[in-house]
Amino acid sequence: MNELIAIFIGMALINNIILVQFLGLCPFFGVSKKLGSAVSMGMAVTFVMSIASVTTWLINHYILIPFDIEYMYIVIFILVIATLVQIIEMFIKRTNLALYNAFGIYLPLITTNCAVLGITLIILYQEYSFLGSVVAPLGGGLGFTLVLAMMSGIRERLELANAPKAMKGLPIAFIIAVLLALAFSGFGGMI
Amino acid sequence: MGKFGKEFAKGLIISNPVLVLALGLCPTLAITTSIDNALGMTLVVLVVLVGSSTIIAAIRNFVPSIMRIPIFIVIIASLVTVMDLIFQANFPDLHVSLGIFLPLVVVNCIILARAEVFASKNPILHSIADALGITVGFMLALLMISSIRQILGTGSLSVFGFDFFTLPVLGKYPIAMFILPPGAFLIIGLLMALFRWRGVMKSE
Repeated sequence: MNELIAIFIGMALINNIILVQFLGLCPFFGVSKKLGSAVSMGMAVTFVMSIASVTTWLINHYILIPFDIEYMYIVIFILVIATLVQIIEMFIKRTNLALYNAFGIYLPLITTNCAVLGITLIILYQEYSFLGSVVAPLGGGLGFTLVLAMMSGIRERLELANAPKAMKGLPIAFIIAVLLALAFSGFGGMI
Repeated sequence: MGKFGKEFAKGLIISNPVLVLALGLCPTLAITTSIDNALGMTLVVLVVLVGSSTIIAAIRNFVPSIMRIPIFIVIIASLVTVMDLIFQANFPDLHVSLGIFLPLVVVNCIILARAEVFASKNPILHSIADALGITVGFMLALLMISSIRQILGTGSLSVFGFDFFTLPVLGKYPIAMFILPPGAFLIIGLLMALFRWRGVMKSE
C-alpha cells in the first residue's frame, strides 16, 4: 500500500509529468490559455492514460513477454494507443454526448501526446506491478491537470501584461514555467 | 542542386524546428543536460527522419489518403525500434541516459510534421534535403541549449570523455539549477526570445 501511495504522490508532485519529466509540453504551451479547456484537456489525458497504461501492461505481460517479442514494444504500444483513442472517441460519442462535447477536439490530439506513450514507457522501464500501472496514470493525470490549470490561469492574465515585444507569447510562457518548475522542485524531499 | 540547397537551408534558421516553430519541445528540454545526450538524440533523429522521409516520399503515390497517418506512424515506429536496438547494443550508456526519450521519438511532432507536410507531397531527393536541413536545425538548437546548460551547470565542457576546459570559479561552485528542469525552461525561453528579437528588429 505504501508503495502505491509513493507512486501516486511521486507521479503527481515530485516527478511532475510536465515540469520535471517534460512530457506533454505541447498542450502545456499550446492549449492552456483558458481554464475551462485546460481542465477538459487534463481530464481527457488522464482518462486515456489510465486505459492505455492498463492495456499496455496487460499486453506486455500476457503477449509480448510469453512470445519473447519485447523488442517490438514501441510499434505495439503506439498502435495500441492510437486504436484506443479511436475506440474511446467512438464509444463516448455514442453513449455520452455531453462528455464528448466537453473533451471536444482534444481526444484525437492525444494520440501524439507524448504524456500517454511516456507514462506507459515509465511503467515498463520501472517494472511497476499491475496496481502500480493503475495508480501511476491517476497520479500523473492529476499532476498534469493541476499544472495545466495553474498555467492557464497565469496565461489569461499574462495576455494583458506589458512584456517586451520579443518575449510576448511563448518565450514569456517559458519564463513562467521556470518559476513553476522551481516551486515544484520544492517537493523534491517529500518521500 | 539549387532546389536541394534551398530545401536544406530553410530548416537551419528561418524555420528552425525547435527555436522558431516550437516543435519537439519535450525531448529538447529533457535531454539537453549534456552535449553527449544532444549528439545521441541528433543521431536518432537523423536516421529516423531521413529514413522515414525517403520511404514516405517513395510510396507517396500508393498510400490511400485516409490511411496515411497510421502508415506513417508504423514506418516511423519501426525505424525508432531499429535505433533503440542499435543504441542498446553499441552505446549502452547513452541508451540509459536518453531513457524513455529514445522510444518517444515516435511521437516527436517534428518527424510526423515533416512526413505529413513535406515528404508525402514531394519527390525523394527534395524530401531528403528537407529532412537533412531540419535535422541540422534540430542539432544546432540542441547543441546551443546543451552546451550552455552543461557549462553553467557543471562548470566544464567535456564531450564523450574529452575534457575541453574547466572554468575557474564555476568548476568549483557550479550553478546546479541549469542542469535541473528549471534551467531547461529558462535557457530555451531566452534563446527563443533571441531568435524572435532578430525577427522583430528586421520587420521594423
